[in-house]
Amino acid sequence: MASSGLELLWVSLPQLGKGAVQTLSISFLSIAFSTVGGVLYGVLRTLNNKVINGVLRVYLELFRAIPVLVWLYLLFFGLPIFFGLSIPSFWCAVLVLALWGASEVGEVVRGALHSLPRGQREAGLSIGLAGPQLYGYVLLPQALKRMTPPTINVYTRIIKTSSLAVLIGVVDVIKVGQQIIERTYESVLIYGVLFLFFFFICYPLSAASKVLERRWAQA
Amino acid sequence: MKKLLLQLFAVALLAGCDKKAEEPAKPAAGAASYIDKIKARDKLIVGVFTDKPPFGFVNEAGRYVGFDTDIGRQFAKDLLGDENKVEFVAVEPASRIPFLQSDKVDLILANMTVTPQRKEAVDFTHPNLKVAVQALVPQNSAVKSLDDLATRTTIVTIGTTADIWLTKNHPDWKLLKFEKNSESLQALSAGRGDAYAQDNLVLFSWAKQNPGYRVLEEKLGDEAPIAPAVKKGNIELRDWVNAELAKLGEEKFLLKLYDQYVRKELSDDTKPESVIVEGGKWQG
Repeated sequence: MASSGLELLWVSLPQLGKGAVQTLSISFLSIAFSTVGGVLYGVLRTLNNKVINGVLRVYLELFRAIPVLVWLYLLFFGLPIFFGLSIPSFWCAVLVLALWGASEVGEVVRGALHSLPRGQREAGLSIGLAGPQLYGYVLLPQALKRMTPPTINVYTRIIKTSSLAVLIGVVDVIKVGQQIIERTYESVLIYGVLFLFFFFICYPLSAASKVLERRWAQA
Repeated sequence: MKKLLLQLFAVALLAGCDKKAEEPAKPAAGAASYIDKIKARDKLIVGVFTDKPPFGFVNEAGRYVGFDTDIGRQFAKDLLGDENKVEFVAVEPASRIPFLQSDKVDLILANMTVTPQRKEAVDFTHPNLKVAVQALVPQNSAVKSLDDLATRTTIVTIGTTADIWLTKNHPDWKLLKFEKNSESLQALSAGRGDAYAQDNLVLFSWAKQNPGYRVLEEKLGDEAPIAPAVKKGNIELRDWVNAELAKLGEEKFLLKLYDQYVRKELSDDTKPESVIVEGGKWQG
């Protein structure tokens, strides 16, 4: 059993590797786009422009109210049916996860910016800093401390949620695992491997966030 | 803003429902031939299961194979001259119809049972397999026929054809229901019920792996065809597949695939004709 289990792992490694590459590329791209989009969202929300706020509120509520799974179906199957616009499954997954992630990161950024003492903004303005400088030199660096731990939490959720993409035909690491299990019935072994995979991707992220949190708490 | 929201929800609802009121679908790619479109692309796109042996699965080498999957390769060979000119898309039970409706695949070859509701959403070709509900009992059971089950406990898996059929046609029978096929089989072997009603392929394969059980000959309800499916209105591809199935039937091609993938899963006395439909010559 032990040796046949190892053998199975050995022959399955290329397949699992391919699935892992899919999972990691979708996750990495989604996280990158979420971060850029989220910071943009957070900053725009603090400008107190009524029109911008309205549009972003609708965006936020849409991604809060509608499950990621439904978005995947809607954009992957709905766009071609209703508008003849077809997005490949990989990029559809990245798009949905990035939009969802950006709404989550964005709320974190907005909260962090809002939590800074008003004096910081006023002090920056009073020494003549314009918008981008005010955010780049004064507000965002201070907000960074407050937003890092919850943002990393969003990242780990993006990684885990990426497995929903099997429903639109993406063969990620979990789907590869299921393919192997259905052929070999080695469910404990394969789920063990998946457990370790996700643990070793996600745990370092949350550990890093804890370390940062502690270091900044002392500073 | 509210209006936009409503429109988005409307789209969501429409995409979610089974599209019963589907407008007569436009002929795929206008008046141009769909087959020509596939030839121009030089690739046949087929939705298959990748985790349902022996019909569609991934072998040790990481290659998509199986009874359904290999039919897809043969279609590519006969249409485009090369069995490798096929792109397989991994589908799930619930995503099979959307993949066709959204033109993401040309053909679904994923063990899809023909039902009246599905017929409204897609066009089925002639069948390549058939399925019926039967009952499994322990070898030494006193049960001889289905009628004997009226006074006994029958196990079913929730939501399966067997569950729906028995609940409707024999509401007086005592049913013991479980969520998963594996749980139902466990309950039968633990003696919690006298028989287990399920799709016969599942039972044949279990009886093969677990000696000491037999499948009752009588069927619960009618046999149902399992068939490839194309987008609603894609008559051209449907007819091509039908002609192709007839041609492959002359070579006994499905029997070859049955020998390669299915036979070893089933008990020795299973007749191939009770599982496969050669040449598409059976309408259920």
